[in-house]
Amino acid sequence: MNVEAVKKWMILFTEKVNQNKAYLSELDRAIGDGDHGMNMARGTTEVMAALEAKNPATVADVFKLTGMTLVSKVGGASGPLYGSAFISMAKEAGTTDSLLAILQAGLNGIEKRGQAVPGEKTMIDTWQPVIKALAAGNLSEQTIADAVAHTKEIKATKGRASYLGERSIGHLDPGAVSSGYLFETMLEAGVTND
Amino acid sequence: MTKLGVVVVSHVPEIAAGVVKLMREVAKDVAITFSGGTDENEIGTSFEKIQAAFEENEGETILAFYDLGSAKMNLEMVMELTEKEVRLYDTAFIESSYTAVALIQAGADLAAIEEQLAPLKIK
Ligand SMILES: Nc1ncnc2c1ncn2[C@@H]1O[C@H](COP(=O)(O)OP(=O)(O)OP(=O)(O)O)[C@@H](O)[C@H]1O
Ligand SMILES: [Mg+2]
Repeated sequence: MNVEAVKKWMILFTEKVNQNKAYLSELDRAIGDGDHGMNMARGTTEVMAALEAKNPATVADVFKLTGMTLVSKVGGASGPLYGSAFISMAKEAGTTDSLLAILQAGLNGIEKRGQAVPGEKTMIDTWQPVIKALAAGNLSEQTIADAVAHTKEIKATKGRASYLGERSIGHLDPGAVSSGYLFETMLEAGVTND
Repeated sequence: MTKLGVVVVSHVPEIAAGVVKLMREVAKDVAITFSGGTDENEIGTSFEKIQAAFEENEGETILAFYDLGSAKMNLEMVMELTEKEVRLYDTAFIESSYTAVALIQAGADLAAIEEQLAPLKIK
């Protein structure tokens, strides 16, 4: 995996999150506390600053710095969750070059941290189908869009939205949407399973 | 017996400070530290504030209490890094942190405290 492509991925992700900051918070206002856009924008902007200041030389170091920064700067559940994902991805990237193995490690990190499984209306509902499609060799923007859209139909049983029970149905999960941006920008940056 | 300390973590700075105020009334001598809100004192939790609450606490074994679920995730991240022995409780936040400090002040040991905390488990 090419370190320049991974850095480009983080830059594009930061841009996408910042462009859609208000939208992410609006989604979170419907079923949560309305801060997901702010949280992610603050976190990714700090990641950009850290990457520029330290200019890490390996893929593992880029992921590690990203994860540590998100943990300390995000301030909401998505901090420890995305943070754990990237820290787990960094560990995996130290031993393999396989994007599939690295993303799977990231998902395992999220599941371990939040104790959620697929179908609970969280970011996991984006990660899991994306990884499945990548393994099958047919990951596309459409896979990502479909996974994100599906969270509208499920009831939240983890996270702040779970306090709404049935009333969480009919709304997209904000973390699933921001994870959609993560994978769209991964494709845009040309980070592939080669 | 190891010295017991209590850490409380809330999404809101005033809630964390308020719970400590409530506890202080019955636990003048107990090691209590807290983390409330984000680094900017907004609503949320801060990894760094939680880490500081652990480091500043004089207890060797820490009993940790939190309000909403995501505080637990940040607590667990800190627990993986700290040298201290930490016991994290999924119990009613105010009742259980109050129970713990009242018992520590009265000289109860960890086993006795955990017996009283067990029925307060809610999450
Ligand atoms: N246990 C969990 N496992 C996986 N993802 C989760 C979990 N809890 C929440 N999430 C994800 O986090 C997103 C919310 O992130 P956000 O930044 O808004 O934090 P928050 O819930 O407001 O945190 P806090 O409760 O600390 O204020 C949700 O949309 C969901 O995708
Ligand atoms: Mg939120």
